[in-house]
Amino acid sequence: MKSDQTSLQSGEEQPRGGYSRREVLRTAGAAAAFVGLSGAAAQGQEAESAEGDPWRGPGALALTLRVNGKAHKVQVEARTTLLDALRDRLELTGSKRVCDRGACGACTVWIDDEPHNACLLLAIEVEGREVTTIEGLTPAGGLSPLQTSFCQEDALQCGFCTPGMVMSCAALLKRTPQPSDRQTREAIAGNLCRCGTYPHVLAAVQRTAGGAK
Amino acid sequence: MSDLRLGFHAEGFPRAERRVEAPPQGAGPRPWDLDTPLAQVGGDHPRLEAPLKVSGQARYSYDVRFPNLIYARLLGSPHANARVKRLDLSAAKAHPGVLYAEDLSRGGQIRYAGQAVAGLAATSEEALCDALDLVVVEYEVSAPVTTIEAALAEGAPAVQGSRGNASPPKRQGDLAKVAAAHATPGAVVVEATYRTQVQTHSCLESHGSVAKWEGDELTVYASTQGTFATQGSLARALGVPASKVRVITEHMGGGFGSKFGADLWDVFCAQAAKATGRPCRLMLDRAEEHLAGNRPDSIQACKFSATREGKLLGAEVRALGTGGVGGGAGVANPMIYRFQAEFSEQRDVATHASRARAFRAPRHPQGSFALEGMLDELAEAIGMDPLALRLANDPHPVRQAQWQRGAELIGWSQRKPSGSGAGPLKRGFGLAGARWKHNGRPGSAVLVRVSREGQVEVRNGAQDIGSGARTLLATLVAEELGLAPSQVSVAIGDTRDPAGPASGGSTTSPSLAPPAREAGFRAKRALIEAAARGLKVSPDETAGWDLVGGKLRGAPKELSFAQVCALLPTPTVEASGRGEREDFRLPRYADEVAGCQFAEVEVDVELGTVRVVKVVAVQDCGTVVNALTARSQINGAVIQGVSYALFEERLLDPHSGRQINPDLLGYKILGALDLPEIVAVPLSVSNGITATGVSSLGEPPAVPTAAAIGNAVANAIGARVRSLPITPDKVLAALAAPQEQKK
Repeated sequence: MKSDQTSLQSGEEQPRGGYSRREVLRTAGAAAAFVGLSGAAAQGQEAESAEGDPWRGPGALALTLRVNGKAHKVQVEARTTLLDALRDRLELTGSKRVCDRGACGACTVWIDDEPHNACLLLAIEVEGREVTTIEGLTPAGGLSPLQTSFCQEDALQCGFCTPGMVMSCAALLKRTPQPSDRQTREAIAGNLCRCGTYPHVLAAVQRTAGGAK
Repeated sequence: MSDLRLGFHAEGFPRAERRVEAPPQGAGPRPWDLDTPLAQVGGDHPRLEAPLKVSGQARYSYDVRFPNLIYARLLGSPHANARVKRLDLSAAKAHPGVLYAEDLSRGGQIRYAGQAVAGLAATSEEALCDALDLVVVEYEVSAPVTTIEAALAEGAPAVQGSRGNASPPKRQGDLAKVAAAHATPGAVVVEATYRTQVQTHSCLESHGSVAKWEGDELTVYASTQGTFATQGSLARALGVPASKVRVITEHMGGGFGSKFGADLWDVFCAQAAKATGRPCRLMLDRAEEHLAGNRPDSIQACKFSATREGKLLGAEVRALGTGGVGGGAGVANPMIYRFQAEFSEQRDVATHASRARAFRAPRHPQGSFALEGMLDELAEAIGMDPLALRLANDPHPVRQAQWQRGAELIGWSQRKPSGSGAGPLKRGFGLAGARWKHNGRPGSAVLVRVSREGQVEVRNGAQDIGSGARTLLATLVAEELGLAPSQVSVAIGDTRDPAGPASGGSTTSPSLAPPAREAGFRAKRALIEAAARGLKVSPDETAGWDLVGGKLRGAPKELSFAQVCALLPTPTVEASGRGEREDFRLPRYADEVAGCQFAEVEVDVELGTVRVVKVVAVQDCGTVVNALTARSQINGAVIQGVSYALFEERLLDPHSGRQINPDLLGYKILGALDLPEIVAVPLSVSNGITATGVSSLGEPPAVPTAAAIGNAVANAIGARVRSLPITPDKVLAALAAPQEQKK
């Protein structure tokens, strides 16, 4: 998000030492609109007015993020992506930073049960929303049937895309327990794998769906 | 000792075998052959680390975190051909959070856009981003050359000073003999020029590392496909003994040939960590990752000839390629087929572009695209079936069988004359061959430790590039000890453990397999010795004893594996195997690894779009150790090949030299919606070579995919696209070309 940050820094309106709310929200809104999350931006705005704080940034903000069923207080800047907040503040490194532009799906998390690219969301946008990461999806001390199928079908090689793949496939199975091959392909269309595990991912989803019958 | 029976007995293939004299048996195990009953080797074994990878618990270099971790980045030049006149780090250094800054513009000459000029380290990525904008650099900018043609033009800017942009030609073969072959009475001669593009590795985990010093000892968590190579190169760059550098790679997110040894950024990261006394992380961003390696492009002017009966005569190839500022271009063309005479002349052309690196089967996919295209053009010219032409000229005994099997699986008999289909959606079939050497190498060692409690641990310091090295080691040791791979724990990716190979040239499995088997074999001997002592039997009477199916067999009393371990005289027993030179020189069935692929495509002749419907990939890799991961390797190679054939291309702006598509949106790699049906057929060939017969697999199936697709497209539309990637514009242009240029 370097170019966005640069444009913020050179923004013409800089009352009181830095970034205007409008500037920050414009960036936030742009990122949100890009993933069709304009509601999230609106929510962020409300949360902000509720706190009575007219400024967000440029320094670190105290936020409360709900991740994997727990509330976490974090210090992040307004520009910090959800992905970086998860990885570098909460040490939840299962979500991967690969393209950082919403092209590859390696950072797929659920926001209120919907899969989203965590690199396209700012941490401040998901205040008040429920974030689920691969760590939260994994049952304590074991694996879900989908994850077990991934292992059995060898739906991973280097494994760097795998957490994102699992998140996308788990979201699919939640809304469509018996997906067609085409539906699975569409569900992972935004998850790039460089090793070429796609046929094995499709097989893992079929195996899981078969087991659920 | 009886002869070894080598060859292959696989379902769907004719049985083929040959007896060779068994090598004199020393202390090691007898080589596996067709008669060896194998309990684990060849089965489907899920990866040992799979549960960690599917749950996000696998720790990659990118994920390594320490208290007080700082972050580093390099600043790249926006210009491709420039000189740094002035570089001022003072404002960046003064920025809050910045702890370390270094001028990296040594000599000041910039030869590609993105070349590092400075490095910074700071307490947060946000501070780092801001500070990078504060580095002041003044450049004297010149026009770059970004293409082979521009670099060879009169008066072109010099990329490498007075050396000239084109390297001296590398020539092989005998041009006079080729000319004579072409002049054979009745010969059909075909001439055409093929082009391939620059492809970037696009590893999902970018290059980089985390460095942490304790006193004068450095630990580096590196995303590398060569832990020991990284240790050595980093130690040299830092001027410290290698014994002070430990490299750890628990898991790594893809390399494909681009991650050997320490890079400038790793050295800077280690220096920043040293200077600040804090652990430091430097991972490239996506745009930088596109600079960290690529497959060079090629222009291959080919002149091939054959008799009207389909005997190949002359192959003449003049190839140019650019590896940017790094060289390393070149194509494997001709290869595979027996020509009466061959000649090739290859030149590297320097351009203002980032450096090429080894990329999965270097030189081969490029060469294959032109070679197999030319063979099909010859087949078309003499009116011969392309498969028949291959069968008539392919000397490899394994590939002969593979061609036939592949043809059955794709339905080659449905192939119609080129361009004869009706309607706007046209189907076509194509094929191409694969080759690789048996690339196992000596010098690796594997340690096996068995405890009285029955735990089996295997250790080797090499990394897993994604082919499943842990599971390979576990399977080979389990085979010797009569266990299942899941009963063996494996530690890899740490230079404190025994030496292992860098994962290049498809060497990892064939290099590790012999010492792994030997270590398992020796651990078994130690366990049998302990059992003999426990059962009060003389060691001389244990010749028929074996560990099979979790039990000691052949002894007067049947003991479980755990009972045998409990008899160990010490808490643990260790055994090691070492791959010596002579271990890799055993008699063999065939000299190279063979493979072939068949593609079926559907081309929309109104839109120019190509859809790959199906690919059949038949691949020999010597002994298949793990059929599950072998299929993964083949599928993955095919998928990268389809991606190379249809989508991928690094695009440079000719004016600035900057990459126009430095991301994963504009640089498109194959996704699930583009996925063809793939039939991956690993063919286990009892090949000799070593005591395990394990050979190379990662690269050979990456050789022929694009070529098979190119041939299938030509068959579908009756016109040939001689340039990769095969994009809609090129398909439409080929269709619109005058009739005589089409073929």
